[in-house]
Amino acid sequence: MLCVCVCAYRPVLAKAIQSLSRIGDELYVEPQEDGLALRSVNSSRSAYACFLFAPLFFTRYTIPSGHAFRCKMAIKSVQAVFRSLASLEKTVEKCHIELDGQKNRLTFTLHCRHGLLKTHNLSFQDSESLQAVFDKDSCANVFRAQPRLLVDTVVHFPPSLEEVTVSVSDERMWVRNHVEEEAEQSKAMLTELCLASDEFDHFAAQAHNSITFCLKELRGLLVFAESTGLPISIYFDEPGSPVVLSVTDNVLEGNFVLATLSDDASLRKNNTERVRTSPPPPPPPDDFMNDDMDSYLIAMDTSIAPGPSTSRPPTTPLADSTCSKQPAAANHRTRLHSEVEEEDETSDTDKPPNKKFCSLFFGSVLPPSSQMSTQPLTKQEVLASDSEDDTPGD
Amino acid sequence: MPLSTQSQPDDEHYALVASLDNARNLSNILKAITFKDHAIFTATPNGLKVTVEDSKCLQANAFIQAEIFQEFTIKEDLVGFQVNLTVLLDCLNIFGGTTVPGVSTALRMCYRGYGYPLTLFLEEGGVVTVCKINTEEPEDPIDFDFCSTNVTNKAILLSESLKEAFSELDMTSEVLQITMSPSQPYFRLSTFGNSGNAHYDYPKDSDMMELFRCTKTQTHRYKMSLLKPSTKALALSCKVSVRTDSRGFLSLQYLVRNDDGQICFVEYYCCPDEEVEEE
Repeated sequence: MLCVCVCAYRPVLAKAIQSLSRIGDELYVEPQEDGLALRSVNSSRSAYACFLFAPLFFTRYTIPSGHAFRCKMAIKSVQAVFRSLASLEKTVEKCHIELDGQKNRLTFTLHCRHGLLKTHNLSFQDSESLQAVFDKDSCANVFRAQPRLLVDTVVHFPPSLEEVTVSVSDERMWVRNHVEEEAEQSKAMLTELCLASDEFDHFAAQAHNSITFCLKELRGLLVFAESTGLPISIYFDEPGSPVVLSVTDNVLEGNFVLATLSDDASLRKNNTERVRTSPPPPPPPDDFMNDDMDSYLIAMDTSIAPGPSTSRPPTTPLADSTCSKQPAAANHRTRLHSEVEEEDETSDTDKPPNKKFCSLFFGSVLPPSSQMSTQPLTKQEVLASDSEDDTPGD
Repeated sequence: MPLSTQSQPDDEHYALVASLDNARNLSNILKAITFKDHAIFTATPNGLKVTVEDSKCLQANAFIQAEIFQEFTIKEDLVGFQVNLTVLLDCLNIFGGTTVPGVSTALRMCYRGYGYPLTLFLEEGGVVTVCKINTEEPEDPIDFDFCSTNVTNKAILLSESLKEAFSELDMTSEVLQITMSPSQPYFRLSTFGNSGNAHYDYPKDSDMMELFRCTKTQTHRYKMSLLKPSTKALALSCKVSVRTDSRGFLSLQYLVRNDDGQICFVEYYCCPDEEVEEE
């Protein structure tokens, strides 16, 4: 089995790998009929990214017909191939990627100026297909913006900040740093930016929700989007279901799927207590303008995600909003706990680690046969599964 | 130069007196061989040779010809001493080693003979610093017996092309393998790291290849840790000559152009790591 991709060198390939390296430690490579897919997922499986380079991206794209092949390798070793990113742009003339299933090696050959030939033979492991299950087309909220807008927004947050909260109304989007409830209110600093709808290329907010997600992965995508100048589309529904950030071009597509904060998941896992099964009202974004921070924080903290298999209407009913402070207090403890465990997912198999973020998806254990007929990502249903046991074997 | 007039009367005591208008012409080239503290200085009427060694497997020499110095007076045919190179470099940069054009540190280096310290007079902007560095018992440098008649393969490359390769080398690889061959792949650098192997091939007709003279295919491995210091010399140089002899010993000669456009040489010798079966 031999797969060959040849292309005139384009920095976009190296940039994609660089931004994938912000997500996880491993790069999943899968040559598909519709292009070369490069994917990565973080260790807690709350963030996933995929770049698909269409056959047209390459001057030559040959994959064996009949059986699928995929592999994974340390992303660092692939980054090493494109180490001097800046000079590569000037020196590399042609890039040749060859995946040899027999020899178990992925070969990058860079044809450089002055006849210099750089060959990197990387060993890899077989892997299951890594496929996040998400459906950005059915999302109630869709925005599209130039990377500059988001870069200028994110720059106001300190590098140490982990999560941001995005809220939307018909006319505006608010982006603010997410402050932990445990944090001393007197010491916490709140930064909030308000973006008017006319700053966006496209602004459609049907569900006035607030979502909280990790900033690190967004930054990774921004690096890519800024260098390629591609607009970023944002799709999301409600707290707990993933937010999808995507960049598209004629020959490539990049999707970043990030879990959003949902405290219900960790509670359900612990079987401690079941909070109300009906969703709380989404906090009216205008609350940001009030000084009543506490009520806002509590409202957000008790927001509930849909269960893995429950299908729900995209808009959340506003009734049933008897928000008691008891579950919120319980949440505080579990969340503090989950902070610590987030990094270490293998620690305890009997009791899955608590996570603030529902781990997303996963079609990662789909049998190879079904992989052949993998539908485009967009046909899948939204699943916010919190199951831990479909981790692909290492 | 105030320095020259000041110390003139003492000159007859010194076995070696060397003056430089710009101390950086010496310190830069010494940096290219700084990987161990002890440096053996050998002065002859032709100039100054500074030798640094590591593990009896690596030797680096810097040659500074007598012409580079504004004054180079030697009483004997050969004057040898050993000093701590790090200390010497610290002294040479005692005024901060500024790179501002027009500002330079003038140096006058004097050595009286066995048992005496190496005395440095450094002057910048009218301020004079005198440094005395204790000399050590000189050791005999290893003779690698690398003789140009035994050279099997030789290639001269523009440093620019090797700089890129060396900056990207997979440092998880314990060795750097150099293949030189009259046929494909001509000149190849290979690493074998944790994540796989990598090859850098230079065709013999490349613009970067100034000379390519190979008689026989040779593949030898050299410890990455030993070769790593040579990247300092590579960074300074404009051309490098790569030679291997019949035993697989490696000689890397770097042509270094200093601030004033004069040419100096730095040379590295390295023992091969182990025999590799030749294809």
